[in-house]
Amino acid sequence: MSAPEQVDLLILGAGPAGMAAAIAARGQGVSVLLLDENAGPGGQVHRAIETRAAKDDQDADGARLVLALRTSGADLRFGATLWAIEPGGKVFWSEGGVGPEARGTQARSITARRVLLCAGATERPLPIPGWTLPGVMSVGAAQIALKTAGLVPEARVWIAGQGPLLWLYAKQALAAGGRIAGIVDLSHGVPPDALRHLPRALLAPGYLAKGLAWQYAVKRAGVPILRAESLRAEGEDRLRRIVIDEVAHEADLLLLHDGVVPNTQVTRAIPGCLHDWDAVQACWRPRLDAWGNTTVEGVMVAGDAGGIGGARAAAHAGRLAALEVAHALGRLTRNQRDAEAGRWRLALNRQLAPRRFLDALFPPLPAAAIADDTILCRCEEVTAGRVREAVSLGCLGANQTKAFTRTGMGPCQGRVCGPAVHAVIAAAREVDPAAVDPFRTRFPTKPLTLGELAALAS
Amino acid sequence: MERYDVAIIGGGMVGTAIGYGCAGHGARVAVLDEGDVALRASRGNFGLVWGQSKGDNMPAYAAWTRRSIALWPDLAERVSVLAGRDVQYRQVGGLTFCLDEQELVARRDFVHRRHNQGHASVRMLDRRELEELMPGCPLGPDVSGASYDPNDGHVDPLTLLRGLHAGLRAAGGAHLPGAPLDAIEPAAGGYRLRRADGSELLAARVVVAAGVATTPIAAMIGLDVPVRPVRGQNIVTERLAPILPKPASAIRQTGDGTVQIGVTNEDDGSFETPTTTAALAGMAARALRVLPPLAQARMVRSWAALRPMTPDGCPAYAESATHPGCFVAVCHSGVTLAAVHAGPLAEAVLSGAVAEIAAELHPSRFVGMTHVQAH
Amino acid sequence: MFKRTDPPDCTITWDGRELPARNGESLATALLAAGVLHFRETPVSGAARGPLCLMGACFDCLVELDGQPNVQACMTPVRPGLVAAPQRGIRGLPEVEDAA
Repeated sequence: MSAPEQVDLLILGAGPAGMAAAIAARGQGVSVLLLDENAGPGGQVHRAIETRAAKDDQDADGARLVLALRTSGADLRFGATLWAIEPGGKVFWSEGGVGPEARGTQARSITARRVLLCAGATERPLPIPGWTLPGVMSVGAAQIALKTAGLVPEARVWIAGQGPLLWLYAKQALAAGGRIAGIVDLSHGVPPDALRHLPRALLAPGYLAKGLAWQYAVKRAGVPILRAESLRAEGEDRLRRIVIDEVAHEADLLLLHDGVVPNTQVTRAIPGCLHDWDAVQACWRPRLDAWGNTTVEGVMVAGDAGGIGGARAAAHAGRLAALEVAHALGRLTRNQRDAEAGRWRLALNRQLAPRRFLDALFPPLPAAAIADDTILCRCEEVTAGRVREAVSLGCLGANQTKAFTRTGMGPCQGRVCGPAVHAVIAAAREVDPAAVDPFRTRFPTKPLTLGELAALAS
Repeated sequence: MERYDVAIIGGGMVGTAIGYGCAGHGARVAVLDEGDVALRASRGNFGLVWGQSKGDNMPAYAAWTRRSIALWPDLAERVSVLAGRDVQYRQVGGLTFCLDEQELVARRDFVHRRHNQGHASVRMLDRRELEELMPGCPLGPDVSGASYDPNDGHVDPLTLLRGLHAGLRAAGGAHLPGAPLDAIEPAAGGYRLRRADGSELLAARVVVAAGVATTPIAAMIGLDVPVRPVRGQNIVTERLAPILPKPASAIRQTGDGTVQIGVTNEDDGSFETPTTTAALAGMAARALRVLPPLAQARMVRSWAALRPMTPDGCPAYAESATHPGCFVAVCHSGVTLAAVHAGPLAEAVLSGAVAEIAAELHPSRFVGMTHVQAH
Repeated sequence: MFKRTDPPDCTITWDGRELPARNGESLATALLAAGVLHFRETPVSGAARGPLCLMGACFDCLVELDGQPNVQACMTPVRPGLVAAPQRGIRGLPEVEDAA
C-alpha cells in the first residue's frame, strides 16, 4: 500500500483512545492516518473484538468503537510499527506483513501536521527468582491468550502479584471455564492512606463495585487465595514448581502481575518531551495539558500512555485531543472546541474519580525486596545485584547503569525491565524515584532490519 | 572540608583513567562527575584501539598513540579483573575499507604518507589479500581493498569505563557524581573546588578532563583550550553469529556478537544529541556495501554522543602557568589513549612533569588556528 | 497449562512435529495451547525461554519461522502449514542471493 506524503493527523494505536480520536477527528473533517502494530483494532482491552462475541459492557463499548472506526474514513494501517518521529512531524514506520512476509516489510514515512500517541499501557514487571523460566508469563499475556485464542488455564496454573487486572483476569478465566490452582496475593492488604481517596472514588460506584465483584467471584469459585511475603519459581528447563513462603507447590504455569504503567517508549525518545514522576501510580508520564498536548509542539498523547485511567477514560481523552487538533488546524474556533468538549470532559472526570483510590489501593510491590541474584533485564540477563553494584560505583540513574551493566540494551530496549531497574536504583540510593533518570529511549523505538533502514538512504 | 591529593573534573573515559592511575600510585583521588545524562563521549565511543589513522601530520600524537597501544595488553588484563567481566580487548588487526577506486587511491596515498611519517605498521591490502586475511567473510562486491594495521584492535568501551571506575574505587578513590563544577579557587595548600550543589572540597592538584565542557572549565585555571562538540551517531544490531573477524573503521562485530556501525562526524556546534533517520540510513547503506548479509540483521539501538574536538583534532595536555598544579587533558580517543592516561600521564600529574611527556601537545599550538577536519 | 475453548481448524509444524492450531491466531498461542513452553534459548547464556508478554514487547518468544531467525511468535498469525522451530541461541544470517 502506498501512503500519501502528508496527513492532518497521524494516530499511533487503535485502542480506545486512538479509535475515539480518529472517529472524532474524521467528524471534524480532519484527515487521519492510524497505525497499529497489531492485526486489527481494539488495543489490549478490546483485543480481537471483531472476532469474538461481546461478553460485557466493556466489550460492547469496544465493538461500537471498532464499527464506527471502520466507517470513519480514516486510513487504517494494521501490522504497522511506528519507529521514529522527527521534528516537523516526520513520522517513520514499517509495514507490509509480519512473520513469513517480514522480508517484504518496508519502511515508510509521512509528514503529519499533528501526531497523537495512544500507545496504551504496559505491565510493570514483577521480577522474582526464576521468572525467566518457560511457563512464567504475565497476567496480561494470559488475558491476550484468552481474548485472541480462547485459551483458558487448567490444572496447576497459579496467579501471583497484585493489582486490579489480576482479579479481572481470574474472573474472566473462570467464567470461560478455566481452572486456577491458587492466587498468591503479594500485596500487604489495604494501605491506610488509600482510604482518604475513598470519598471521591464513591462518585463512580459502578467502577468500585466491579472491582470488588471480581474479587468476590474468584473467592466464591473456591480458588485458594494465599497471602504471601515471598515467591520464587523453580524448574530446570521450564517451570515445575513455585515456592510460596518456603512451601513448594507443583506448577505448570505461573502468571505474574504488578499493575500497569503508561507506555512512554516513544514519548521518551522525543527531544524536549518532558515527563514527570507520578508518585501515586509509581510511573513516569508525559507532561500534558488538559487537551493532551505534550511539551513538544504538535505532539499529543491520549489514553493510558499519558497516565493510567482505563478504557473509557482513554476514549474520552481521545475525543478531547481530536477537538484540540481540529482547533489547531483551523476547523473549530476556540469557542466551538470548548463547547464540544464540555460533555467529554465531564465524562472523563467521572471516569477518573476512583483512580486515586484504586492507585492507592494497589501500590506496586517494593523493589527493595528483589533478591540480588534475581534477573531484572531478561534480554541481557542482568541481575538486581549487578544493578546495585553499579549504583555503588556511582551510577545515579538508569542510563549510566545501562552503560555499566548492559541492562536495557537488548532487543526489548528496556521495555520490560525499565520500571524495575528504575525502582531498584532509587531504592539502592535511598532517594525519591523522581530524582532517578529513567532509560532514555532512542529512535528507532522498535527493531528494524538494516535493509529497511538503508532503503531510506538518498 | 574533604582534602584530596588530586581532584579530577570529569568521570568519563579520560578523567577516570587518570584518576585510576593516580589512585594506583597511592594518591588520594576524587573524581567529580555530573549526573546520569551528562554529555559523555565515553558512552558514544566506538571501541577501537587504533593507531592507523591517528596523528597524520602530528608525529607526537602518533607516537603517544603507539605508546598507549603498547601498554594496552597490560591495562586490558587489569581492567577485566576489576570489571568482573572480560573487557574483550582483541588486538587482531584493524581495517579501513575502501568501497570504490577513488577511495582506494586516496587511502593508498594516506598510507604512503603515514610511512613517510614513520608509522610503518599500516599497509594496503587489495581485494584478494583481504579475502585471504578473512576467509569466508562475505564482503560485498564494492569492497575494493582496505588499509590494515596488525597492531590495531578493539575493546568493549563500556566494560572499560566500568572497570576503570571499579579500579578507582578499589584503590581508595572517591567518585563524586551529581553536580557540575562552579569554581576553582586558589587556597592554602592547593585549590578549593565549589560545586553547584553547594559542596566544596580541597585538592593539591586539579586535572580538568571535562570532555566537551573543557573550554569553560580550563578557563577557570587560566588555560585557553578551544574544544567543540562533534556529534557521532551509532547503530548496533542484535547478536549475530560471527561475520566480521576484524574490526574496521565504522564497522565492527563486538565480543557479544552485535555489529556496531558508526559513525557520523556532525560538526554543527550543537550540544544536542538526537539521532536522525537520514544519518542512520546512510550509515546502514554503507555497512551493507561492506557486508550485504547484514540487510537481514535487525538494529536494536541507535544513539548519539558528542566527542570533544580540538582545532587540529589532536589531544591537548598542559599544566597551567597561572595555576600551578592544575592540568588539562582532552582528546576524542579516550579508549585508545586510556593506557597512557592511566600510566604515564597519571604519573606525570603526580610528579608535575606533564610538560615533558607531551610538550608538542600543549594547547598553546591552537593560537590563531582555525578548526580543521576531525580524524 | 492452557486449554482451548474453541476447536483447532488447521495444523502447523513445530520442530518437525505436527501441532493443531487455529487459522489467524498467533503462533505463540498455538504453541501454548499445544503445551509448548520452550520457544528459544538465549544468545547470552543458552537458557530456555518462552513468552512473557504476548504483546510484542518482551522478545522472549523468538522462533525460527520458515527459516527466518528471531521472529516474534506472538506477532505472527498462524496460517495452515506454517513451519517453525525454536530459536537456538545466536542467529545467523542467510546467504545473500543478490549481493548488489
